[in-house]
Amino acid sequence: MARKLPKTDVVIVGVGWAGGIIASELTKKGLKVVGLERGRERKTEDYFMVHDELRYALRYDLMQDLSKETITFRGNERIRALPMRQYGSFLIGDGLGGAGVHWNGHTFRFLPYDFEIRSKTTERYGKNKIPAEMTIQDWGITYDELEPYYDKFEKTAGISGEENPLGGKRSDKYPTPPMKKSPAMKMFEKAAKNMKLHPYMLPSANLSQSYTNPDGIARAACQYCGYCERFGCEYGAKADPVVTVIPVAKKSGKFELRTHSHVRRILHKGGKATGVLYTDTTTGEEIEQPADIVVVTSYVFNNIRLLLMSGLGKPYDPSTGRGVIGKNYAYQVMKGNAIGFFDNKEFNTFAGAGALGVVLDDYNGDNFDHSNLKFIHGGGISFTQTGLRPIQNNAVPQGTATWGKEFKETSLKYANRYLSVGAQGSSMPFKHHYLDLDPTYKDAYGDPLIRITFDFEDQDRNLAVFLANKSADILKEMGADHIDSLKELGPYDITTYQSTHNTGGVIMGDDPATSAVNNYLQMWDADNVFVVGASAFAHNSGYNPTGTVGAFSYRAAEGILKYRDKGGQVV
Amino acid sequence: MAEEKNKEIPQDESRRKFIRNTGYTVGGLAVGGILGSLIPWRKDHSNGSNPPSSHEQNFNQALMYFTPEQFNIVEAATERIFPADDHGPGAKALGVAFYIDHQLAGDWGFNAREYMQAPFYRGEKVQGYQGRLKRRDIFNIALQEIDNHSMQVYKKSFTELKGEQKDKILKDFEEDKVNITTISASGFFQMLRSATLEGVYSDPLYGGNRNMDGWKMRNYPGSQMAYADVIEKDFTKIKPQSLRNHMNH
Repeated sequence: MARKLPKTDVVIVGVGWAGGIIASELTKKGLKVVGLERGRERKTEDYFMVHDELRYALRYDLMQDLSKETITFRGNERIRALPMRQYGSFLIGDGLGGAGVHWNGHTFRFLPYDFEIRSKTTERYGKNKIPAEMTIQDWGITYDELEPYYDKFEKTAGISGEENPLGGKRSDKYPTPPMKKSPAMKMFEKAAKNMKLHPYMLPSANLSQSYTNPDGIARAACQYCGYCERFGCEYGAKADPVVTVIPVAKKSGKFELRTHSHVRRILHKGGKATGVLYTDTTTGEEIEQPADIVVVTSYVFNNIRLLLMSGLGKPYDPSTGRGVIGKNYAYQVMKGNAIGFFDNKEFNTFAGAGALGVVLDDYNGDNFDHSNLKFIHGGGISFTQTGLRPIQNNAVPQGTATWGKEFKETSLKYANRYLSVGAQGSSMPFKHHYLDLDPTYKDAYGDPLIRITFDFEDQDRNLAVFLANKSADILKEMGADHIDSLKELGPYDITTYQSTHNTGGVIMGDDPATSAVNNYLQMWDADNVFVVGASAFAHNSGYNPTGTVGAFSYRAAEGILKYRDKGGQVV
Repeated sequence: MAEEKNKEIPQDESRRKFIRNTGYTVGGLAVGGILGSLIPWRKDHSNGSNPPSSHEQNFNQALMYFTPEQFNIVEAATERIFPADDHGPGAKALGVAFYIDHQLAGDWGFNAREYMQAPFYRGEKVQGYQGRLKRRDIFNIALQEIDNHSMQVYKKSFTELKGEQKDKILKDFEEDKVNITTISASGFFQMLRSATLEGVYSDPLYGGNRNMDGWKMRNYPGSQMAYADVIEKDFTKIKPQSLRNHMNH
């Protein structure tokens, strides 16, 4: 029998960006919040030895221990799903702050087009533009409705940036000016302008200058040390939940954080959650935490897994397209890129910051005419300077030997002489791409793993090559002596790193028949359960997701307070 | 133009200067994290902070896992993957074989943080490694097979082969031209190649990249506190530092 604890107002499952934001907002209003985090406590001082590429980038020190839990994957329903035994395509965070600790800090807003994608695509190109199996739908919210929440997140995190000339309307400028510009960034910017494109500084959570946010949290400026993604920040300059929102929640005296607490079920009765059941991972003890409101804020996979294991919401059935939990899993098309080698220029590419870069949206969303193209949407094209660490960055021109004398000589020659221009392609959902529980493989507690059924489609193949060609054109204008670019996307391969931007599965919408949560992230099927994160994305845009996750989290916090006052569905 | 920085500034001094120049101020809620992480580094160490002189023994260079025979094969093979040349030392002088030995003795060798639960099925290539063997088992089998293949082709042990002959054996592994039922020859070769680059370029604390020579060959500065003053500049040569430097503060 599980030990039953006293009831709390709100219990939060997973304390990363979404959980941290909601904890800070609710405790400000006096609610008693318990945060359950399966991993350990983290703090800035942990990163004293952080400039260690092997430990953090190749041995995944900050990531989930796959020996305890992983996902299974198959390209389609005819294949047996097998466990992702080692890391590759994406990296699942762990511990306080979650993936918000090891991110790079790219903090974009999605385009107005994204939130009304089906309506706007149909309006401009007719309904035949959308393939029958492509399950894009409007999100039940507009950019204008979401704008104040984007603004709030950007101010909390202290985003450094300048206005996107092709983006949605802003109510205010970014709270801090853009990051510094390296010579290579200037080359990209100049080339793009020569080509009549619209480059702008990538909105960065790395802080261009010291900053105090509206909650009174002060942080120092980024030092461009070149160890950002996959690493924690030893300066606290990179905005993460541990150095921004969690301290605010803690200071309120209303937040109780419990680490090493692995939530396994949401308990519910008559369409209402009564609390959660979790295991103390240090003792193995089962504990019940009753609560008036349950907020699910773990990473995409566990949001869906927890709902399915708990029997909350209607599971998605790919054969009929009915049901919602697990529906519209999407990813990111990251391979549309090009590498330029410069024989006579050397760059400080060892230096950098996670979100240091220049980006353009001329080929993102519906900012360009798709009438004669065999895909919809697009991707942001950027040059980023994140720090080329030596184990993982040994690019050589295609055709060069990959080991031996020639490889050594060529890789040393180009170590500081190549620049990558790449696109972050959007990812559209398809009827047969989804998440469900694996019938065979279990985690360390005997619970089923989540199963991914996903592959690239014609949409993705056409988009990737289009974006790669555009990237190569820019590198040519930048004066690269030799350019290699993607020629063919190939199948989705879980073994090579692409992006930790997994989305969907508990999507937002305005109709309970086709979506799992309303536009306050409240479950249609359980008024006192809010499921927050990129799991709410009905598709994935050509941008990093965290800005939108942050906006959704503020929106959800407001919804929870509304529910607290009035009950029922808050929309 | 290239310039060498930090050459003569004692490290403790450079750190104080760094704190001054970057304008850290006390006050506000979250700065505690930053100061908390900086202050312990500033303790004075009046003794024991000199790097070991070159004639001192390197106690790290002994074997945790390999037999001497295995070690010799690994040393010979990795030297072909990353050979000594005019640019500088190869895998052998950089300590790569010791690096791999030490890695196999720990988490990596045991696949300790990877999902190793049954059932095991042969999967599609895009589903990744699905074997039941751990890296240390794979090395045991593969090193034996390298020698077997070398005996078969040249009637000699791998370590006795000439350079191009060693390359031929390794290439047969890379291209799956060796028939091994228990492991993937090309899978092993890719693992050996990756491990070689790790040994060449990881922090010297792991036993490879000896004397930071791997980094020096490509002008990689290792672990530096900050590049805020070089990020806007053209290529700048900076004297490398390892994580060990941080311990001296």
